Amino acid sequence: MIPLSWYLIVSACLFCIGLYGVMARRNAVAMLMAVELTLNAVNINLIAFWRYNNPGEPIGVAWAIFVLTVAAAEAAVGLALIISIYRQRDSVVAEELDILKY
Amino acid sequence: MQILFIIISAITLVSAVLVVSVRNLFHAALYMMLSFLGVAALYALLESGFMAATQLLVYIGAISILVIFAIMMTRRLMQTTESPFNSQWGMSGFVSASLFVLIGAIVLQVYPLDPAVAGGAPPAEELVTNTVNQLGVAFTSADQLVLPFELASVLLLVALVGSIIIARPDVEAEVEDES
Repeated sequence: MIPLSWYLIVSACLFCIGLYGVMARRNAVAMLMAVELTLNAVNINLIAFWRYNNPGEPIGVAWAIFVLTVAAAEAAVGLALIISIYRQRDSVVAEELDILKY
Repeated sequence: MQILFIIISAITLVSAVLVVSVRNLFHAALYMMLSFLGVAALYALLESGFMAATQLLVYIGAISILVIFAIMMTRRLMQTTESPFNSQWGMSGFVSASLFVLIGAIVLQVYPLDPAVAGGAPPAEELVTNTVNQLGVAFTSADQLVLPFELASVLLLVALVGSIIIARPDVEAEVEDES
């Protein structure tokens, strides 16, 4: 007997940890890893609501699968961008990436 | 069940904290895999076997390996002398913590925390098999999810091609070097 609120609290905690990672980390790869954590938190929420409110319809799982697809695409493109930036600037620290600024 | 849930959640959250705080990025990636494993176990607790398997395949199998490759290809990442946080880490912590308090307060307003009051998930017969069947039907029926499903496949293809083009070295410069 696990109440729905427990899942929601865990998911909120995971989301906030990921948010902190995105805002506070200097390294771009670490920021991407934190983004993956937040997307996982969203998926926990979707699956928990599906299981507790509407387990007869597959729409909650379908949403979670689409989130997963977009997360995979985001990871691939993001890491490709980081590698490309690393080739040009020899750095992946987010503060040092200021080409668009000047 | 509750003890199992608490243990799994604790593993997930502690390794997530380590992901955002550990200095060595390679260790952070390994902790990230552990955190993903915890989330897969949470899916299994929610009787969503399909999502648990997909989580294992996509996140632990593919995304983690991609991240580890990126870490290994960018040399200076392994350096462990300088601080892993930028100057606004205090403010970020405050914002994240207050967001957590806000979400938690709203959740507790709507859903009670006490298991005796809230109760567990509604019983569902043969949920795992039924869900996979329904998903297969929904993803291929013209009046349901076939359009988003096809769009997702196009998105994956575009992301794949795009990341190859972004990440490969400058071809024109190489040709000029050779000539």
